[in-house]
Amino acid sequence: MASEAELKALMAASLDGDAASYRTLLDRLSRRLRAYYKGKLARIGRSATEAEDLVQEVLLAVHLKRHTYDTRELFTPWVHTIARYKLIDYLRRTRSAASVPIDEGAEIMAQDDNADAESSHDVRKLLERLPEKMRCAIERVKLEGRSVAEAAVLCGISESGVKINIHRGLQSLAAFIAQVDQK
Amino acid sequence: MKTDDLVVMLSTNVEPIRHGRVGRTISIAVVVGAVIALAIMLVGLGVRADVTTSRAALFLSLKLAFAFAVVGVALRYLIMLARPGSESGISPLAVAVPFAAIALLGLLSLTDTPSGHWNRMVAGGEWLECLLSIPIIAIVPFAVTIFAVRRAAPTNLVRAGAFAGLVAGGVSAMAYAFHCTDDSLPFVAVWYGGTIVLCTLAGASLGPRLLRW
Repeated sequence: MASEAELKALMAASLDGDAASYRTLLDRLSRRLRAYYKGKLARIGRSATEAEDLVQEVLLAVHLKRHTYDTRELFTPWVHTIARYKLIDYLRRTRSAASVPIDEGAEIMAQDDNADAESSHDVRKLLERLPEKMRCAIERVKLEGRSVAEAAVLCGISESGVKINIHRGLQSLAAFIAQVDQK
Repeated sequence: MKTDDLVVMLSTNVEPIRHGRVGRTISIAVVVGAVIALAIMLVGLGVRADVTTSRAALFLSLKLAFAFAVVGVALRYLIMLARPGSESGISPLAVAVPFAAIALLGLLSLTDTPSGHWNRMVAGGEWLECLLSIPIIAIVPFAVTIFAVRRAAPTNLVRAGAFAGLVAGGVSAMAYAFHCTDDSLPFVAVWYGGTIVLCTLAGASLGPRLLRW
């Protein structure tokens, strides 16, 4: 199991733009978050799919808020605070009458769950709801793996426009996911 | 959607980003808010006419010292509240220090004065103007501060909202001080202190709605 030092090093490399480190980091985080949320939600009779919805919501949040992590500080408390915030927000949103004991400390580091899990969201369908430029930028760069320069030509916008549209598009996706959960 | 697919999507072509700049962004927002508050004061109210006299200068600097102390402490905490996981170690009681200090000074100056003058010292000439001006001038600095905090990741929204309100109230009091001609310590303690507390409470109640992400 990865330690604080390992995760922190991965995060620092990710912030510098190292995609391989970032993939490893998100993969490890998703396993931990899965175990954490499954445990929390099982206690109030919620399904594993709901846990996976939350895992994905937090991965998006980690991505969109990664600029708020300061490499001089510990990484685990940063992730843990976001995970707990999203859990409380989720329970409030889905009007849970039951209360989940809110944990302290590094519980999120405690377990690993490597199930090949799927959430209730269909990212392709959600992408269709985005404005054309955002969808184009995300599809070219994040799904097809093209460079920002290529995407700029294909989508007919500037390179900085591509970056801004990716960021705004992911923000909208996160917002859609939060709406979908509001059953 | 499979979580693995999301991980692949997010990590494809990830851009290097500038990080650890939360404090800087929020501080800049507060400075911008302060400049706007000063402009509103200049246009709407005007600087007190006797500002060059030494008595006016003394009280102006006292009011400014109080306002700056409030903003300084509150801003530090607000920045911590805007970053996940750096909340621990906060003692929100430190923000009470400037208020306690001005209240103490106010009480001391009351005990120094015959009780017949107390009413005038506390109510001053323009308590109503002060009561209205500080919260109204605080609106724009509050909005600018909230905008900056939203770009970060506050997780205790009531508290982050409260501290944004406190910062905005302090910034507004700083601007209003240039206009205000009520020069008594009890007046500053009650009306400056009171209106800044009002801004804090307003911020706390708006926080969950404005800062959610």
